[in-house]
Amino acid sequence: MEQITILEGRQKQIFEKKNGVTQPDIACDTSSLSGSVSQRACVFCGSRVVLYPVADAIHLVHGPIGCAAYTWDIRGAVSSGPELHRLSFSTDLQEMDVIYGGEKKLYHSLIELIEQYKPKAAFIYSTCIVGLIGDDIEAVCKKVAKETGIPVLPVHSEGFKGTKKDGYKAACHALMKLIGTGSIDEISKYSINILGEFNLAGEAWIIRKYYEKMGIEVVSTLTGDGRIDAVRRAHGATLNVVQCSGSMTWLAKEMEEKYGIPYIRVSYFGIEDMSKSLYDVAKHFPDRPDIMDAAKQVVSEEVKTLYPSLQKFKKALTGKKAAIYVGGAFKTFSLIKALRSIGMSVVLAGSQTGNKDDYARLKEMCDEGTVIVDDSNPVELSKFILEKEADLLIGGVKERPIAFKLGIGFCDHNHERKIPLAGFIGMYNFALEVYQSVMSPVWQFAPRKGGTL
Amino acid sequence: MKHAKTATQNACKLCNPLGACLAFRGIESCVPFLHGSQGCATYIRRYLISHYKEPIDIASSNFHEETAVFGGSYNLKIGLKNVSDQYKPQVIGVATTCLSETIGDDVPGILREYKKEFKNGTPMPILIHASTPSYQGSHIDGFHAAVRATVKTLAEKGEEQSLINLFPNMVSPADLRYLKEIFADFKAPLMLLPDYSQTMDGGPWGEYHRIPPGGTPASAIVSAGSASASIEFGSTLEASKSAAGYLEETFNVPRYHLCLPIGIKESDKFFSLLETLTGKARPEKYEDERRRLIDAYADGHKYVFEKKVILYGEEDLVVAMTAFLSEIGMTPLLCASGGKSGLLKKRIMELIPNMEELGIKVREGVDFVDIEDEAKVLKPDFLIGNSKGYTMSRKNDIPLLRLGFPIHDRFGGQRMHHLGYRGTQELFDRIVNTVIEQRQNASSIGYTYM
Repeated sequence: MEQITILEGRQKQIFEKKNGVTQPDIACDTSSLSGSVSQRACVFCGSRVVLYPVADAIHLVHGPIGCAAYTWDIRGAVSSGPELHRLSFSTDLQEMDVIYGGEKKLYHSLIELIEQYKPKAAFIYSTCIVGLIGDDIEAVCKKVAKETGIPVLPVHSEGFKGTKKDGYKAACHALMKLIGTGSIDEISKYSINILGEFNLAGEAWIIRKYYEKMGIEVVSTLTGDGRIDAVRRAHGATLNVVQCSGSMTWLAKEMEEKYGIPYIRVSYFGIEDMSKSLYDVAKHFPDRPDIMDAAKQVVSEEVKTLYPSLQKFKKALTGKKAAIYVGGAFKTFSLIKALRSIGMSVVLAGSQTGNKDDYARLKEMCDEGTVIVDDSNPVELSKFILEKEADLLIGGVKERPIAFKLGIGFCDHNHERKIPLAGFIGMYNFALEVYQSVMSPVWQFAPRKGGTL
Repeated sequence: MKHAKTATQNACKLCNPLGACLAFRGIESCVPFLHGSQGCATYIRRYLISHYKEPIDIASSNFHEETAVFGGSYNLKIGLKNVSDQYKPQVIGVATTCLSETIGDDVPGILREYKKEFKNGTPMPILIHASTPSYQGSHIDGFHAAVRATVKTLAEKGEEQSLINLFPNMVSPADLRYLKEIFADFKAPLMLLPDYSQTMDGGPWGEYHRIPPGGTPASAIVSAGSASASIEFGSTLEASKSAAGYLEETFNVPRYHLCLPIGIKESDKFFSLLETLTGKARPEKYEDERRRLIDAYADGHKYVFEKKVILYGEEDLVVAMTAFLSEIGMTPLLCASGGKSGLLKKRIMELIPNMEELGIKVREGVDFVDIEDEAKVLKPDFLIGNSKGYTMSRKNDIPLLRLGFPIHDRFGGQRMHHLGYRGTQELFDRIVNTVIEQRQNASSIGYTYM
């Protein structure tokens, strides 16, 4: 086989765990190398991901058509009511707009869309060229807000002004403007906000139910099944519970500073982390031991039915090897544990946006010989999948064809998934999906299993 | 309800660079490279993957703030160097984006500098540049711009050969394979560009390929300048924007401009042209295909006669489908496109001079909300177009027959035929079945023979 080499500029972002050998920290938090085919997207993408599930707002993309077209109904974030988030709105800037400015077009677009759809708010996403042609988005937003009486929030998400993480921050910034503007009367002292949960395939509903069973009031989910009014009241919660830390930690920190709301980091993937996320919330309310009792009750009931149902999968999957490449590093930790609980080991772990602490923890968690990568690309991923003889890749749409071309199983753990993977039921779904992909007889025809080319 | 008209809602088009990436994917050993932000490459990859189910690596020069301020020259050069090192391509197809176009990067100049500065070391790939600002036109313009740029970069004048150039437009990998089969059966040498029949619909890999096998070799494109003729599909594609137009203008290679061959009449035109150009009769196999198609038309005619549909998609596809539908007695009440060539109506009228009498309406530059508004009034029996009409199809309970690109919610879009007798047969069968299914579902009896 042809030897695949790693680009010189990328070597510091790759690491193989070898016990007894001192190795430098992995380089991360850097912008992608030009020409390296990063799996990352841009600032706009980061903002769009975070705000996308807010279902009673219009999301207007100010720029040429592509950015809106490629994000139309792209995610599995579901709503229990309005579904404005599933529509795609763009100012569709043309050459003349680029020359003479797009402010007028933006203004008219907004006024008309607000009249037609009667949203509770509007988010205006700046794209690359808006940052260049100098449209005064803030001024247009202010004017429209005044005329229509709804919040019109600019999101500074010009694609080139940073990485996806900066997009998260721009989105959180827009959310911060809403938080604190609603009434917090009648909010219980035993209340939380769920941050960084996007209600993919209804996952937020699953999580919310667990907390409600414990007697906890969920004030707002940011942003899964999101509603503007709920966001406005978020400052009334006692605790922020942050999943998807990459996207929402900034917001949690801001809320801590401004409203004195502490936050904890959790993950809802896998039995261990899911249970911990309930216990950790219960621990925050020590004056109410019944909350902890209820949490234990929820866990024990769920695990009682879940555990036996996993054994079939564990039996089949024991000894199989997985590669993980997802957006945020925090999810990687949970996935490693979840995979171990069904007998699988991890030979490659990486993320698009992990930070130094994330990678340090990953290093600690991983087995000897595991490869750790930051901001990887198809060539590297393929190299390690083949070298480490993985049986499964966990990733998103862009990683899927790599797995299938090389003849290994795949589990979609990205925002487009249609099956809930969070919560206890999510662990069952996850194990089932992994099992169905890894154990499929179709791989017998794959060249790596001896099939003919 | 008053509809917002200024904003584009649920666009019926994609942006210019997407088409360029797909076209570059049809050149052997070529890496498409977008000069702009990282997101453009990533979004376009994701969008293409959801249709083709193939890995598609698109490099990006990954603009940052300082790049936007000081120009993209440095990033582009480093990017090209990295792609050359990691992919070892023979060709890199550089397409611009709204960002690099707006800051006014002189890409041809940067590419010249790159060739000078980096001539030692890594073997120098052929560099192609297509200008594809996203604020102009749509994906189909990017597609044609890339094909034209490729020919412009590579084609040379040589001794005239019996070679025929075929520029098939943005068709499916299955269509491309069918076209190659036709030329092989005619024993006619062919330069097909682009040819992503294998790169976007290939077999499994035993090892990782940086660039998937397949595509038109650069050496073959060189001889495009000495071909005996160019055939180009696409009624609204003008010579000034097309590869065949360039070859005619520069090397006097005659340009034969056809509608996408869908339906018997348009397919006949294509086969007749091949007979003229090659001096050979069409192989019996295609006579058989044609005969079976005519027979199928007879068997199915009653299901489809006077059925009303709304047709949407790229303008050339819409024109070709209109030609086909009119020969089976179906009426496209609305022929719609997000594209805006200014030629759509004219081309449809050339095919169906009494279009207005038949109540056929043509609209360019529309989005799916416009089409939905029309659908509410026109009440078609079904919709014909790509997957993106599903939202309005579901909302208004009008069945959708999927074709073209993208097909994101059905399996096998890349293996769907549209062209020639074979493609028409497949489309006709699917249309008849759509009607039958509709009738069967609506029947209280549930007939088991339809």
